[in-house]
Amino acid sequence: MADCRRPDLMRTLSSMPHRKSLQRQISSPPLCSGEKGNVFSAWHAQVDNKGDGELQTDDDDGSLGHYAVVDSPRRRIASVRLVARHPEVYEPCDDSFALVDALLADKVNLLERQPSLCLEVGCGSGYVITSLALLMGGGHGTHYIATDISSAAAQVTCNTLASHGVEADVIVTNLVTGLEKRLAGSVDVLVFNPPYVPTPEDEVGAAGITASWAGGDRGRTVIDRMLAIVDLLMSSKGLFYLLTLTANNPGEICQIMKKKGFASRIVIQRSTEEESLHVLKFWREDVKDLSENGSPATLSNSLSAKISRLAFWR
Amino acid sequence: MRLLTHNMLSCNIKGVTKGFPLSIEVQRLDTKDADFNPDFLRNIFPKLEWKAFHDAAVSIGLNDIPEQVDPTMLEDHEFLQKFHHALLEVHLEEGALICPETGRRFPVTKGVPNMLLHEDEV
Ligand SMILES: C[S@@+](CC[C@H](N)C(=O)[O-])C[C@H]1O[C@@H](n2cnc3c(N)ncnc32)[C@H](O)[C@@H]1O
Repeated sequence: MADCRRPDLMRTLSSMPHRKSLQRQISSPPLCSGEKGNVFSAWHAQVDNKGDGELQTDDDDGSLGHYAVVDSPRRRIASVRLVARHPEVYEPCDDSFALVDALLADKVNLLERQPSLCLEVGCGSGYVITSLALLMGGGHGTHYIATDISSAAAQVTCNTLASHGVEADVIVTNLVTGLEKRLAGSVDVLVFNPPYVPTPEDEVGAAGITASWAGGDRGRTVIDRMLAIVDLLMSSKGLFYLLTLTANNPGEICQIMKKKGFASRIVIQRSTEEESLHVLKFWREDVKDLSENGSPATLSNSLSAKISRLAFWR
Repeated sequence: MRLLTHNMLSCNIKGVTKGFPLSIEVQRLDTKDADFNPDFLRNIFPKLEWKAFHDAAVSIGLNDIPEQVDPTMLEDHEFLQKFHHALLEVHLEEGALICPETGRRFPVTKGVPNMLLHEDEV
């Protein structure tokens, strides 16, 4: 991604010793720019076909945006240029983009569900919740809530929302503490790009930007805490989008969720030389996934098998 | 923080059974225009704890929210305007939310409530 070459982002990234793969991308820019054989470029082609035909990457003009919206009176997702920044807040990077791209790819399904309440946990810069609100296109009366454990991140999210003219409630909390009682059973869309990097356990939730990526054993500590409360939060038509790394064992995550009655599929998979990202989507098994027909990413029972095949790209 | 946000929050300290609604301690309020969206209001109405919303509005000096409501009022433009203003346009910028059971104070700073618990509260 063009953004990975930005000097300010590099500074942030180089202060994250565990994000080796992201550093690698900086030292080898071609990986970021969608060259031949890269999964990114293949995937972009796919979204362009599926999407509104209004999206294009703006890598070529050397600018910083993820996508530019062409000939549209309305932005479809957040503009990286308008995202607020803070030295201790995670800036939008490949994982954020993968998550937003997954939401874009699943937009028809999202709109069909007419969600009343969308919640992002770990909102960081606000790039994802802002993009979600923009791509859902306001006007439908949807309520957006975003939480982060970092008060700096919450402030940055407020600024990003404001610069895009989007309204959401932003709360500093651990996952959804303080909200669970009132939101129980009513979250229609749940989005989480967790701290997923495998680290020593004592780095989880540490001060500063460490908490944005430190995921403990197999990168699963915070993910597993979240999985434990998804069932409580989700409405009957709820969709849960979770970003994971291969090291997080997404197949096992799907098994855990299956025991709670959730079906799953991979909406997006994206690989660099070292890191393979997946956006997993979960929904209650007894409710049909409206996008199941004809989607290129469709998987049914073979999710774990597929994930192990992905090891090929690592 | 809008009164909408307030309506979604409760105190979740271990052992607390009546952590809702939190009372509001005002240091600074601000009013910001928000787009008037009747669909949003109609959508959110059934999800609100109306008494908590009414009482919170009164506690910050908004006295034109009726104590009793029924869904037919959602067709009344004048009511919707007042509802919109109290729910979405008045922001608690600085202050605190206070647990009705324990008195625990959750600070609101630059418009953002902090619901993080201390280790011994979890
Ligand atoms: C990988 S970053 C993602 C940021 C943003 N959503 C994005 O996609 O660019 C993870 C975020 O989760 C937040 N976080 C970490 N642990 C958390 C917790 N227990 N509760 C809420 N947020 C948490 C971090 O502060 C960080 O902002």
